[in-house]
Amino acid sequence: MASLWGWHTSALTGISFLGMIIGAVIVLLLILGIVSYLIYFERKVIGWMQGRIGPNRVGPFGLLQSVADIFKLLIKEDVIPTNADRALFLLAPVVAFVPSFMVLAVIPFTATHYFTAGLNVGVLYYIALSSITILGIVMAGWASNNKYSLLGGMRSAAQMISYEIPLGLSLLGVIMLSGSLNLNQIVAAQNYGHVWFIIPQIIGFVVFVISGIAELNRTPFDLPEAESELVAGYFTEYSGFRFAFFMLAEYVYVFAISALATTMFLGGWSGPFLPSWLWFAIKVSACIFFLFWVRATMPRIRGDQLMGFAWKVLIPVALFNILLTGAIYEIHL
Amino acid sequence: MILNVGPQHPSTHGVFRLVVTIDGEQIVDADSVVGYLHRGTEKLAEDLQYTQIIPYTDRLDYLASMINNYALVHTVEYAMDLEIPARAEYLRLIVMELNRIGSHLMFIGAYLLDLGAMSPFLYAFQEREMIVQMFNEICGARLTYNYMRVGGVKWDAPPGWLDKVRDFVPHMRERFKMLSDLVSGNEIFLNRVKGIGVITQEEALNYSLSGINLRSTGFNFDLRKNRPYNLYEQFDFDIPVGTKGDCFDRYYLHLREMEQSVRIVEQAVAKIPDGPVIGKVPKLIRVPAGEYYTSIEGARGELGVYIVSDGKDKPYRMKLRRPSFVNLQILRKLLIGQSMSNLIAILGAVDIVLGEVDA
Repeated sequence: MASLWGWHTSALTGISFLGMIIGAVIVLLLILGIVSYLIYFERKVIGWMQGRIGPNRVGPFGLLQSVADIFKLLIKEDVIPTNADRALFLLAPVVAFVPSFMVLAVIPFTATHYFTAGLNVGVLYYIALSSITILGIVMAGWASNNKYSLLGGMRSAAQMISYEIPLGLSLLGVIMLSGSLNLNQIVAAQNYGHVWFIIPQIIGFVVFVISGIAELNRTPFDLPEAESELVAGYFTEYSGFRFAFFMLAEYVYVFAISALATTMFLGGWSGPFLPSWLWFAIKVSACIFFLFWVRATMPRIRGDQLMGFAWKVLIPVALFNILLTGAIYEIHL
Repeated sequence: MILNVGPQHPSTHGVFRLVVTIDGEQIVDADSVVGYLHRGTEKLAEDLQYTQIIPYTDRLDYLASMINNYALVHTVEYAMDLEIPARAEYLRLIVMELNRIGSHLMFIGAYLLDLGAMSPFLYAFQEREMIVQMFNEICGARLTYNYMRVGGVKWDAPPGWLDKVRDFVPHMRERFKMLSDLVSGNEIFLNRVKGIGVITQEEALNYSLSGINLRSTGFNFDLRKNRPYNLYEQFDFDIPVGTKGDCFDRYYLHLREMEQSVRIVEQAVAKIPDGPVIGKVPKLIRVPAGEYYTSIEGARGELGVYIVSDGKDKPYRMKLRRPSFVNLQILRKLLIGQSMSNLIAILGAVDIVLGEVDA
């Protein structure tokens, strides 16, 4: 395993290349499994919160519901609207989907990160790649040749670009404290410092949570796919497997942003007694549960209010947080 | 850009079409297109005996069928000058007010669903389900009741039914508090509905609005008080009115009105007398020749039935004043100049039921 562990620092050999492939496939399959049960989990949680049972027909306790849903999407007819821009229409789901998996490469799942690319610019890598998804969404909105899709795509682009800024700024405080952009080292700093960054960076955490939800296009910031206004937003015209791509991308991001929150603010895999992967799983599950909880509770915010909130509230607060962190850092250390 | 909202759209609550011209996200013009659910009820009624028309009224405002039933039978009874047994009137009043609660619950749930909050819809449906179950017990149907007859009601309340209604009252009061706690103070919700879609009192009167759309402007007009029918005079209840005429007022009035309906139901259940549930009515109902119009306070406003009779057992002409249709006319005025994201908030608050708009 030692050769695998150092694959990104040592020379590229046949063994290490094989290791890379195996590692990537394992992570990919693992995430796919997690995500399909994430959807099940969401439906159950929201169902319970609304006095319903949630899926309970397919398999024991409805456990095979997601499998059945994905299978259904796979065997559906692949519809491409006649007037759609064919090339872009086909490309858009891929562009939206691929980065969602790529960002997971830098997340340290366990203390012994076999499958983690310990990139020294991990945080930047995450933010940069997750922005590519916006491109896929705008492409989908444009290529569908549907007015609802176009409006949805435009809203989405405006929203995600606006909220990317406070998201990035909110992470700066953590980076200043840990002195590294490498996610592995950020976790290590929390582990050895015996304090999770949520405590010194509580303002940053709040900004991160809000802009993270907006970045995910989830309630209360789910304007791009506001069903009651825009039918289904940018993926109105998508069906079958292409729709599944968007759907999966969305849920992979739910997992990814929870993993990022865990890593940056909640100490990542660090914790006493239990194995590190379990700690990570518990913390990520808690974050994901929070997202579902918010979804079951909140109405949708209005477009102009959304923009105003990002630029007038979140960005100043995030900047203030950086200033505060810098000042305290200078005085104390 | 011209955007077609509907007729197949998740938030038009049926087959309602709105042709919106937008400039960016701003609405420049809005044209409502109705008639996708038109069944020609008024024309059909001309070939039907009065009792046969009752099931057709179920399908007008399908959220408040009991009230529609009453609107028709009330006009016929008024025309024939019939004596209605007290128990029948009480039963009618109870089911009408319960139906009003059910309809308003539906509005609150659906309105919040339009605004992106999914849970209140299911919460509201829990209580609505109780009401629907009670209706199922009394008349055998959950949605299209066909419960009332000229001269009374078809069935007496089954044993224990009135106790159920009595128990429902305190339960419902608690749930109002919960609904209000959950929703009315939510910052996001308030931001979306306060000051949006403002109707002035003058506009409301010019557009002949009625029901909550009119009362939200502060104009106190409720046919249950202003032109009492049934037994409403004998009951103690208030007419809540709004102050600003915006979407929030309309939402809030629905909540407040349900509380008043619960009050009426509580009083009615306490003093309902025994006796027959249908009066002495001739076998073949013939309305004396002439023109008759009565109106009642439906769940959405003034619901009127106008009957022209030439003395036969079928109406010569029947005209329904459907509040949803009348209230809908102000929509264009409310929408112009607003942003796209307010469209659903405004349309939802006007509270139309397509079965009634199209008749």
